[in-house]
Amino acid sequence: MQTQLVTCTINGKLTQTVVDTRASLTDMLRNDYRLTSVKKGCEVGECGACNVLIDGECFNSCIYLAVWAEGKTIRTLEDLLGPNGELSDIQQAFIDEAAVQCGFCTPGVIMTAVEILGMGRRFTRDELRKLLSGHLCRCTGYENIVNAVEKTMNKRLDG
Amino acid sequence: MYDIKALYEATSVADAVSLLVAHPEAKIIAGGSDVLIQIREGRLAGCELVSIYKLDELRGVSLDADGTLRIGPLTSFSHITKDPLIRQIINVLGEAVDMVGGPQVRNIGTIGGNTCNGVTSADSASTLHAWDAVMEVTGPNGVRQLPIKEFYIWAGEVALQPGELLTAILIAKESYEGYVGHYIKYAMRNAMDIATTGCSVNVKLSADKKTIEDARIAYGVAGPVPMRAPSAEAAVKGLPVSQATVEAFGEAVLKDVNPRTSWRASKELRLQLAQELAKRALARSIQLAGGDI
Ligand code: FES
Ligand code: FES
Repeated sequence: MQTQLVTCTINGKLTQTVVDTRASLTDMLRNDYRLTSVKKGCEVGECGACNVLIDGECFNSCIYLAVWAEGKTIRTLEDLLGPNGELSDIQQAFIDEAAVQCGFCTPGVIMTAVEILGMGRRFTRDELRKLLSGHLCRCTGYENIVNAVEKTMNKRLDG
Repeated sequence: MYDIKALYEATSVADAVSLLVAHPEAKIIAGGSDVLIQIREGRLAGCELVSIYKLDELRGVSLDADGTLRIGPLTSFSHITKDPLIRQIINVLGEAVDMVGGPQVRNIGTIGGNTCNGVTSADSASTLHAWDAVMEVTGPNGVRQLPIKEFYIWAGEVALQPGELLTAILIAKESYEGYVGHYIKYAMRNAMDIATTGCSVNVKLSADKKTIEDARIAYGVAGPVPMRAPSAEAAVKGLPVSQATVEAFGEAVLKDVNPRTSWRASKELRLQLAQELAKRALARSIQLAGGDI
Protein backbone atom coordinates (compact mmCIF):
# COMPACT_ATOMS: atom_id res chain seq x y z
CA MET A 1 0.00 0.00 0.00
CA GLN A 2 1.31 3.40 -1.01
CA THR A 3 0.84 6.08 1.66
CA GLN A 4 1.64 9.74 2.00
CA LEU A 5 1.75 12.30 4.78
CA VAL A 6 -0.72 15.12 4.16
CA THR A 7 -0.47 18.40 6.04
CA CYS A 8 -3.30 20.85 5.64
CA THR A 9 -5.54 23.26 7.51
CA ILE A 10 -8.99 21.90 8.21
CA ASN A 11 -11.61 24.14 9.75
CA GLY A 12 -8.97 26.49 11.08
CA LYS A 13 -6.66 23.84 12.54
CA LEU A 14 -3.33 22.80 11.04
CA THR A 15 -3.41 19.00 10.92
CA GLN A 16 -1.44 16.06 9.63
CA THR A 17 -2.33 12.52 8.74
CA VAL A 18 -1.00 9.65 6.69
CA VAL A 19 -3.36 8.69 3.91
CA ASP A 20 -3.58 5.87 1.44
CA THR A 21 -2.75 7.50 -1.90
CA ARG A 22 -5.90 5.91 -3.37
CA ALA A 23 -8.11 7.80 -0.92
CA SER A 24 -10.42 10.59 -2.01
CA LEU A 25 -10.61 13.76 0.05
CA THR A 26 -14.06 12.56 1.16
CA ASP A 27 -12.44 9.40 2.54
CA MET A 28 -9.86 11.42 4.43
CA LEU A 29 -12.31 13.95 5.87
CA ARG A 30 -14.80 11.31 6.98
CA ASN A 31 -12.48 8.52 8.12
CA ASP A 32 -9.46 10.37 9.48
CA TYR A 33 -11.16 13.50 10.78
CA ARG A 34 -14.70 12.24 11.45
CA LEU A 35 -16.16 15.18 9.55
CA THR A 36 -19.33 13.35 8.63
CA SER A 37 -21.14 16.37 7.22
CA VAL A 38 -19.21 15.45 4.09
CA LYS A 39 -21.55 12.93 2.49
CA LYS A 40 -20.95 10.18 0.00
CA GLY A 41 -23.67 10.45 -2.60
CA CYS A 42 -22.83 9.58 -6.18
CA GLU A 43 -19.03 9.56 -5.75
CA VAL A 44 -18.62 10.64 -9.37
CA GLY A 45 -18.89 14.41 -9.01
CA GLU A 46 -22.52 14.82 -10.00
CA CYS A 47 -24.54 15.44 -6.84
CA GLY A 48 -22.53 17.85 -4.67
CA ALA A 49 -23.22 15.98 -1.40
CA CYS A 50 -19.48 15.84 -0.68
CA ASN A 51 -18.85 19.50 -1.49
CA VAL A 52 -16.27 21.37 0.63
CA LEU A 53 -14.36 24.63 0.33
CA ILE A 54 -10.70 24.34 -0.66
CA ASP A 55 -8.82 27.65 -0.55
CA GLY A 56 -12.19 29.39 -0.72
CA GLU A 57 -13.60 27.56 -3.76
CA CYS A 58 -16.12 24.73 -3.88
CA PHE A 59 -14.95 21.25 -4.82
CA ASN A 60 -16.62 17.87 -4.85
CA SER A 61 -14.29 16.09 -2.45
CA CYS A 62 -15.23 12.67 -3.87
CA ILE A 63 -13.31 13.43 -7.06
CA TYR A 64 -10.38 15.11 -5.35
CA LEU A 65 -7.45 12.96 -4.28
CA ALA A 66 -6.66 13.22 -0.58
CA VAL A 67 -2.95 13.73 -1.37
CA TRP A 68 -3.82 16.88 -3.30
CA ALA A 69 -4.98 18.46 -0.02
CA GLU A 70 -1.32 18.99 0.93
CA GLY A 71 -0.89 22.65 1.90
CA LYS A 72 -4.54 23.52 1.30
CA THR A 73 -7.06 25.20 3.56
CA ILE A 74 -10.26 23.20 3.77
CA ARG A 75 -13.60 24.13 5.28
CA THR A 76 -16.53 21.82 5.94
CA LEU A 77 -19.95 22.49 7.38
CA GLU A 78 -18.64 21.73 10.89
CA ASP A 79 -16.71 25.02 10.69
CA LEU A 80 -19.89 27.07 10.60
CA LEU A 81 -20.99 26.29 14.16
CA GLY A 82 -20.38 28.96 16.79
CA PRO A 83 -18.32 28.23 19.96
CA ASN A 84 -21.41 27.02 21.82
CA GLY A 85 -22.89 25.13 18.93
CA GLU A 86 -24.90 28.08 17.60
CA LEU A 87 -26.04 27.85 14.01
CA SER A 88 -24.79 30.34 11.44
CA ASP A 89 -27.27 32.62 9.65
CA ILE A 90 -27.30 30.48 6.52
CA GLN A 91 -27.98 27.28 8.46
CA GLN A 92 -30.81 29.00 10.37
CA ALA A 93 -32.23 30.26 7.08
CA PHE A 94 -32.33 26.69 5.73
CA ILE A 95 -34.43 25.72 8.76
CA ASP A 96 -36.68 28.80 8.57
CA GLU A 97 -37.34 28.34 4.86
CA ALA A 98 -37.86 24.57 5.14
CA ALA A 99 -34.95 24.10 2.76
CA VAL A 100 -34.00 20.90 4.59
CA GLN A 101 -35.94 17.68 4.42
CA CYS A 102 -33.91 14.50 4.67
CA GLY A 103 -30.81 16.68 4.96
CA PHE A 104 -28.45 14.51 2.94
CA CYS A 105 -27.69 17.18 0.35
CA THR A 106 -27.76 20.05 2.85
CA PRO A 107 -24.15 20.29 4.07
CA GLY A 108 -22.89 20.38 0.50
CA VAL A 109 -25.44 22.97 -0.60
CA ILE A 110 -24.69 25.15 2.41
CA MET A 111 -20.96 25.14 1.66
CA THR A 112 -21.73 26.38 -1.85
CA ALA A 113 -23.96 29.00 -0.24
CA VAL A 114 -21.01 30.01 1.96
CA GLU A 115 -18.91 30.59 -1.16
CA ILE A 116 -21.72 32.54 -2.83
CA LEU A 117 -22.37 34.72 0.23
CA GLY A 118 -18.64 35.29 0.64
CA MET A 119 -18.52 37.02 -2.73
CA GLY A 120 -20.47 39.88 -1.15
CA ARG A 121 -22.47 40.55 -4.31
CA ARG A 122 -26.18 40.68 -4.91
CA PHE A 123 -27.12 37.96 -7.39
CA THR A 124 -30.37 37.61 -9.27
CA ARG A 125 -32.44 34.50 -8.69
CA ASP A 126 -31.32 33.13 -12.04
CA GLU A 127 -27.70 33.68 -11.13
CA LEU A 128 -28.26 31.95 -7.79
CA ARG A 129 -29.82 28.97 -9.56
CA LYS A 130 -26.76 28.70 -11.78
CA LEU A 131 -24.39 29.02 -8.82
CA LEU A 132 -26.31 26.28 -6.99
CA SER A 133 -26.67 24.04 -10.02
CA GLY A 134 -23.96 21.62 -8.91
CA HIS A 135 -26.24 20.08 -6.31
CA LEU A 136 -28.93 17.46 -6.54
CA CYS A 137 -31.70 17.46 -3.95
CA ARG A 138 -34.30 14.68 -4.07
CA CYS A 139 -36.60 16.27 -1.49
CA THR A 140 -37.08 20.02 -1.52
CA GLY A 141 -37.64 20.82 -5.18
CA TYR A 142 -34.90 23.49 -4.83
CA GLU A 143 -37.28 26.44 -4.48
CA ASN A 144 -36.80 26.73 -0.72
CA ILE A 145 -33.05 26.32 -1.06
CA VAL A 146 -32.89 29.28 -3.43
CA ASN A 147 -35.16 31.21 -1.03
CA ALA A 148 -32.87 30.52 1.94
CA VAL A 149 -29.75 31.63 0.07
CA GLU A 150 -31.46 34.68 -1.40
CA LYS A 151 -32.84 35.82 1.96
CA THR A 152 -29.50 35.40 3.71
CA MET A 153 -27.76 37.26 0.89
CA ASN A 154 -30.21 40.15 1.14
CA LYS A 155 -30.01 40.23 4.93
CA ARG A 156 -26.22 40.37 4.89
CA LEU A 157 -26.09 43.05 2.20
CA ASP A 158 -28.80 45.21 3.74
CA GLY A 159 -27.29 44.84 7.21
CA MET B 1 -10.95 4.62 -2.15
CA TYR B 2 -10.04 4.48 -5.80
CA ASP B 3 -8.78 1.42 -7.62
CA ILE B 4 -5.38 2.91 -8.46
CA LYS B 5 -2.31 0.72 -8.82
CA ALA B 6 0.16 3.51 -8.16
CA LEU B 7 0.20 7.30 -8.07
CA TYR B 8 3.28 9.26 -9.02
CA GLU B 9 3.14 12.94 -8.20
CA ALA B 10 5.16 15.12 -10.54
CA THR B 11 7.04 18.04 -9.00
CA SER B 12 7.91 19.80 -12.28
CA VAL B 13 7.26 19.42 -16.00
CA ALA B 14 10.66 17.72 -16.41
CA ASP B 15 9.78 15.36 -13.56
CA ALA B 16 6.42 14.59 -15.19
CA VAL B 17 8.18 13.68 -18.44
CA SER B 18 10.63 11.35 -16.68
CA LEU B 19 7.81 9.74 -14.69
CA LEU B 20 5.87 9.18 -17.91
CA VAL B 21 8.92 7.66 -19.57
CA ALA B 22 9.61 5.45 -16.54
CA HIS B 23 5.98 4.31 -16.35
CA PRO B 24 4.78 3.97 -19.94
CA GLU B 25 1.47 2.43 -18.85
CA ALA B 26 0.59 5.41 -16.65
CA LYS B 27 -2.22 7.84 -17.47
CA ILE B 28 -1.84 11.55 -16.81
CA ILE B 29 -4.24 12.92 -14.24
CA ALA B 30 -4.80 16.70 -14.17
CA GLY B 31 -8.00 17.74 -12.33
CA GLY B 32 -9.30 14.19 -12.42
CA SER B 33 -12.94 14.98 -13.17
CA ASP B 34 -12.66 12.59 -16.10
CA VAL B 35 -9.95 10.13 -15.11
CA LEU B 36 -11.26 9.45 -11.58
CA ILE B 37 -14.73 8.81 -12.92
CA GLN B 38 -13.39 6.35 -15.46
CA ILE B 39 -11.56 4.61 -12.63
CA ARG B 40 -14.77 4.51 -10.60
CA GLU B 41 -16.68 3.13 -13.55
CA GLY B 42 -14.07 0.43 -14.03
CA ARG B 43 -12.82 1.47 -17.45
CA LEU B 44 -9.50 2.65 -16.03
CA ALA B 45 -9.57 0.59 -12.83
CA GLY B 46 -6.20 -0.60 -11.60
CA CYS B 47 -4.26 1.99 -13.60
CA GLU B 48 -1.08 3.82 -12.78
CA LEU B 49 -1.34 7.60 -12.63
CA VAL B 50 1.09 10.44 -13.07
CA SER B 51 -0.48 13.39 -11.29
CA ILE B 52 0.35 16.82 -12.66
CA TYR B 53 -2.31 18.58 -10.57
CA LYS B 54 0.25 20.21 -8.28
CA LEU B 55 2.25 21.81 -11.11
CA ASP B 56 1.33 25.43 -10.53
CA GLU B 57 3.74 26.46 -13.31
CA LEU B 58 1.09 25.14 -15.72
CA ARG B 59 -1.63 27.41 -14.29
CA GLY B 60 -2.66 30.89 -15.36
CA VAL B 61 -2.89 32.97 -18.51
CA SER B 62 -0.21 35.32 -19.84
CA LEU B 63 1.01 37.13 -22.93
CA ASP B 64 4.28 36.20 -24.64
CA ALA B 65 6.56 38.99 -25.88
CA ASP B 66 5.18 38.65 -29.43
CA GLY B 67 1.60 39.02 -28.18
CA THR B 68 0.75 35.31 -28.22
CA LEU B 69 -1.83 34.40 -25.62
CA ARG B 70 -0.47 31.58 -23.46
CA ILE B 71 -3.01 29.55 -21.52
CA GLY B 72 -1.67 27.20 -18.87
CA PRO B 73 -3.35 23.83 -19.42
CA LEU B 74 -4.04 23.33 -15.71
CA THR B 75 -6.03 26.55 -15.48
CA SER B 76 -9.46 25.60 -14.20
CA PHE B 77 -12.56 26.52 -16.16
CA SER B 78 -13.67 29.00 -13.51
CA HIS B 79 -10.27 30.71 -13.57
CA ILE B 80 -10.38 30.92 -17.37
CA THR B 81 -13.76 32.64 -17.13
CA LYS B 82 -12.52 35.10 -14.50
CA ASP B 83 -9.18 35.86 -16.14
CA PRO B 84 -8.72 39.49 -17.28
CA LEU B 85 -6.67 38.57 -20.39
CA ILE B 86 -9.24 36.00 -21.50
CA ARG B 87 -12.02 38.53 -21.02
CA GLN B 88 -10.19 41.11 -23.06
CA ILE B 89 -8.85 38.91 -25.86
CA ILE B 90 -11.10 35.88 -26.20
CA ASN B 91 -14.14 36.44 -24.04
CA VAL B 92 -16.04 33.67 -25.83
CA LEU B 93 -13.68 31.06 -24.38
CA GLY B 94 -14.56 32.16 -20.85
CA GLU B 95 -18.24 32.02 -21.73
CA ALA B 96 -17.93 28.59 -23.30
CA VAL B 97 -16.17 26.96 -20.36
CA ASP B 98 -18.67 28.58 -18.00
CA MET B 99 -21.17 26.11 -19.48
CA VAL B 100 -19.22 23.00 -18.49
CA GLY B 101 -20.91 20.84 -15.82
CA GLY B 102 -21.68 22.79 -12.65
CA PRO B 103 -19.73 25.19 -10.42
CA GLN B 104 -17.71 22.55 -8.55
CA VAL B 105 -16.75 20.81 -11.79
CA ARG B 106 -15.61 24.15 -13.23
CA ASN B 107 -13.32 24.61 -10.22
CA ILE B 108 -11.57 21.26 -10.68
CA GLY B 109 -11.81 20.73 -14.44
CA THR B 110 -8.88 22.05 -16.45
CA ILE B 111 -8.81 23.37 -19.99
CA GLY B 112 -5.90 21.08 -20.83
CA GLY B 113 -7.75 18.03 -19.59
CA ASN B 114 -10.77 19.10 -21.59
CA THR B 115 -8.71 18.95 -24.79
CA CYS B 116 -6.36 16.04 -23.95
CA ASN B 117 -9.23 13.62 -23.41
CA GLY B 118 -10.03 14.14 -27.09
CA VAL B 119 -13.77 14.32 -26.61
CA THR B 120 -15.75 16.02 -29.36
CA SER B 121 -18.33 17.47 -26.97
CA ALA B 122 -15.78 19.40 -24.87
CA ASP B 123 -17.11 22.93 -24.46
CA SER B 124 -13.68 24.51 -24.88
CA ALA B 125 -12.73 22.55 -27.99
CA SER B 126 -14.88 24.22 -30.63
CA THR B 127 -13.79 27.69 -29.54
CA LEU B 128 -10.12 26.70 -29.48
CA HIS B 129 -10.52 25.24 -33.00
CA ALA B 130 -12.30 28.33 -34.22
CA TRP B 131 -9.47 30.56 -32.97
CA ASP B 132 -6.66 28.44 -34.51
CA ALA B 133 -5.18 27.45 -31.15
CA VAL B 134 -1.72 25.92 -31.15
CA MET B 135 -0.90 23.14 -28.72
CA GLU B 136 2.50 23.21 -27.06
CA VAL B 137 3.62 19.76 -26.01
CA THR B 138 6.66 18.85 -23.92
CA GLY B 139 8.27 15.42 -23.96
CA PRO B 140 11.57 13.56 -23.77
CA ASN B 141 12.70 15.23 -27.02
CA GLY B 142 11.85 18.74 -25.91
CA VAL B 143 9.06 21.09 -26.84
CA ARG B 144 7.02 21.01 -30.03
CA GLN B 145 3.99 22.89 -31.26
CA LEU B 146 1.15 21.71 -33.43
CA PRO B 147 -2.14 23.18 -34.59
CA ILE B 148 -5.12 21.99 -32.59
CA LYS B 149 -6.59 20.43 -35.73
CA GLU B 150 -3.67 18.01 -35.85
CA PHE B 151 -3.79 17.46 -32.11
CA TYR B 152 -7.20 15.78 -32.29
CA ILE B 153 -6.83 12.47 -34.10
CA TRP B 154 -10.00 10.55 -33.37
CA ALA B 155 -12.65 10.33 -30.67
CA GLY B 156 -10.70 10.00 -27.43
CA GLU B 157 -7.33 10.07 -29.17
CA VAL B 158 -4.90 13.00 -29.32
CA ALA B 159 -1.42 13.40 -30.75
CA LEU B 160 0.47 13.05 -27.46
CA GLN B 161 3.41 10.69 -27.95
CA PRO B 162 4.71 8.49 -25.10
CA GLY B 163 6.25 10.68 -22.41
CA GLU B 164 4.59 13.86 -23.65
CA LEU B 165 2.22 16.21 -21.91
CA LEU B 166 0.45 19.38 -22.94
CA THR B 167 2.25 22.39 -21.48
CA ALA B 168 0.45 25.34 -23.09
CA ILE B 169 -2.43 26.32 -25.32
CA LEU B 170 -1.37 29.24 -27.51
CA ILE B 171 -3.35 31.70 -29.57
CA ALA B 172 -1.23 33.83 -31.88
CA LYS B 173 -1.85 37.54 -32.14
CA GLU B 174 -2.96 37.35 -35.77
CA SER B 175 -5.48 34.69 -34.72
CA TYR B 176 -7.22 36.90 -32.18
CA GLU B 177 -6.59 40.53 -33.12
CA GLY B 178 -9.79 42.13 -34.35
CA TYR B 179 -11.91 39.00 -33.84
CA VAL B 180 -15.00 38.70 -31.65
CA GLY B 181 -16.95 35.52 -31.14
CA HIS B 182 -19.91 33.74 -29.64
CA TYR B 183 -20.49 30.15 -28.48
CA ILE B 184 -23.80 28.36 -28.27
CA LYS B 185 -24.18 25.10 -26.39
CA TYR B 186 -27.31 23.15 -27.16
CA ALA B 187 -28.03 20.63 -24.42
CA MET B 188 -31.04 19.08 -22.74
CA ARG B 189 -30.47 20.72 -19.38
CA ASN B 190 -29.14 24.08 -18.25
CA ALA B 191 -26.42 22.56 -16.07
CA MET B 192 -24.53 19.30 -15.56
CA ASP B 193 -25.05 18.28 -19.15
CA ILE B 194 -22.99 17.44 -22.19
CA ALA B 195 -23.54 19.37 -25.42
CA THR B 196 -25.82 17.78 -28.00
CA THR B 197 -24.07 20.17 -30.34
CA GLY B 198 -21.82 23.12 -29.58
CA CYS B 199 -21.01 25.84 -32.08
CA SER B 200 -18.40 28.57 -31.81
CA VAL B 201 -18.24 31.39 -34.36
CA ASN B 202 -16.05 34.48 -34.57
CA VAL B 203 -15.77 37.30 -37.06
CA LYS B 204 -13.52 40.15 -38.06
CA LEU B 205 -15.42 43.04 -39.66
CA SER B 206 -14.14 45.81 -41.90
CA ALA B 207 -13.46 49.19 -40.29
CA ASP B 208 -16.89 50.51 -41.30
CA LYS B 209 -18.47 47.32 -39.86
CA LYS B 210 -20.28 46.66 -43.14
CA THR B 211 -18.26 43.74 -44.53
CA ILE B 212 -17.17 40.39 -43.13
CA GLU B 213 -13.40 40.31 -43.56
CA ASP B 214 -13.12 36.90 -42.00
CA ALA B 215 -15.41 34.41 -40.29
CA ARG B 216 -14.43 31.21 -38.52
CA ILE B 217 -16.65 28.47 -37.21
CA ALA B 218 -16.10 25.21 -35.36
CA TYR B 219 -18.40 22.57 -33.93
CA GLY B 220 -18.31 20.07 -31.15
CA VAL B 221 -20.34 16.87 -31.73
CA ALA B 222 -20.73 17.40 -35.48
CA GLY B 223 -18.22 14.61 -36.07
CA PRO B 224 -15.94 12.30 -34.07
CA VAL B 225 -13.63 15.20 -33.28
CA PRO B 226 -14.30 18.93 -33.03
CA MET B 227 -14.21 20.41 -36.53
CA ARG B 228 -14.13 23.59 -38.57
CA ALA B 229 -16.61 24.24 -41.36
CA PRO B 230 -14.35 25.56 -44.16
CA SER B 231 -17.09 25.80 -46.80
CA ALA B 232 -19.16 28.04 -44.56
CA GLU B 233 -16.15 30.20 -43.75
CA ALA B 234 -15.31 30.62 -47.45
CA ALA B 235 -18.94 31.29 -48.33
CA VAL B 236 -19.20 34.51 -46.31
CA LYS B 237 -15.70 35.94 -46.54
CA GLY B 238 -15.92 39.41 -48.07
CA LEU B 239 -19.72 39.47 -48.07
CA PRO B 240 -21.71 42.41 -46.70
CA VAL B 241 -23.10 42.20 -43.18
CA SER B 242 -26.69 41.19 -43.88
CA GLN B 243 -29.36 38.64 -43.12
CA ALA B 244 -28.75 37.04 -46.52
CA THR B 245 -25.12 36.45 -45.59
CA VAL B 246 -26.19 34.81 -42.34
CA GLU B 247 -28.56 32.52 -44.27
CA ALA B 248 -25.82 31.60 -46.75
CA PHE B 249 -23.56 30.70 -43.84
CA GLY B 250 -26.20 28.33 -42.42
CA GLU B 251 -26.68 26.69 -45.84
CA ALA B 252 -22.98 26.19 -46.41
CA VAL B 253 -22.27 24.38 -43.14
CA LEU B 254 -24.16 21.36 -44.48
CA LYS B 255 -21.28 20.72 -46.88
CA ASP B 256 -18.94 20.31 -43.92
CA VAL B 257 -20.67 18.60 -41.02
CA ASN B 258 -21.37 14.93 -40.67
CA PRO B 259 -22.99 14.25 -37.29
CA ARG B 260 -24.18 10.83 -36.26
CA THR B 261 -27.21 9.50 -34.48
CA SER B 262 -26.58 8.70 -30.84
CA TRP B 263 -28.86 8.24 -27.87
CA ARG B 264 -28.51 11.96 -27.19
CA ALA B 265 -29.87 13.12 -30.55
CA SER B 266 -30.55 11.97 -34.08
CA LYS B 267 -28.46 12.93 -37.08
CA GLU B 268 -31.42 14.94 -38.43
CA LEU B 269 -31.73 17.02 -35.27
CA ARG B 270 -27.98 17.61 -35.21
CA LEU B 271 -28.01 18.78 -38.84
CA GLN B 272 -30.77 21.24 -38.10
CA LEU B 273 -28.89 22.40 -35.02
CA ALA B 274 -25.70 22.81 -37.03
CA GLN B 275 -27.46 25.25 -39.35
CA GLU B 276 -29.46 27.09 -36.74
CA LEU B 277 -26.61 27.50 -34.26
CA ALA B 278 -24.26 28.66 -37.02
CA LYS B 279 -26.68 31.38 -38.06
CA ARG B 280 -27.43 32.53 -34.54
CA ALA B 281 -23.79 32.49 -33.44
CA LEU B 282 -22.75 34.42 -36.56
CA ALA B 283 -25.45 37.04 -36.09
CA ARG B 284 -24.48 37.45 -32.44
CA SER B 285 -20.77 37.65 -33.26
CA ILE B 286 -21.50 40.36 -35.83
CA GLN B 287 -23.44 42.32 -33.23
CA LEU B 288 -20.66 41.91 -30.67
CA ALA B 289 -18.17 43.16 -33.28
CA GLY B 290 -20.26 46.31 -33.71
CA GLY B 291 -22.07 45.31 -36.90
CA ASP B 292 -25.71 46.07 -37.48
CA ILE B 293 -27.95 43.07 -38.04
S1 FES C 1 -20.69 12.36 -3.74
FE1 FES C 1 -19.33 13.79 -4.56
S2 FES C 1 -20.52 14.77 -6.04
FE2 FES C 1 -21.82 13.18 -5.39
S1 FES D 1 -33.14 17.52 1.58
FE1 FES D 1 -33.17 15.44 0.97
S2 FES D 1 -31.82 15.48 -0.72
FE2 FES D 1 -32.02 17.53 -0.29
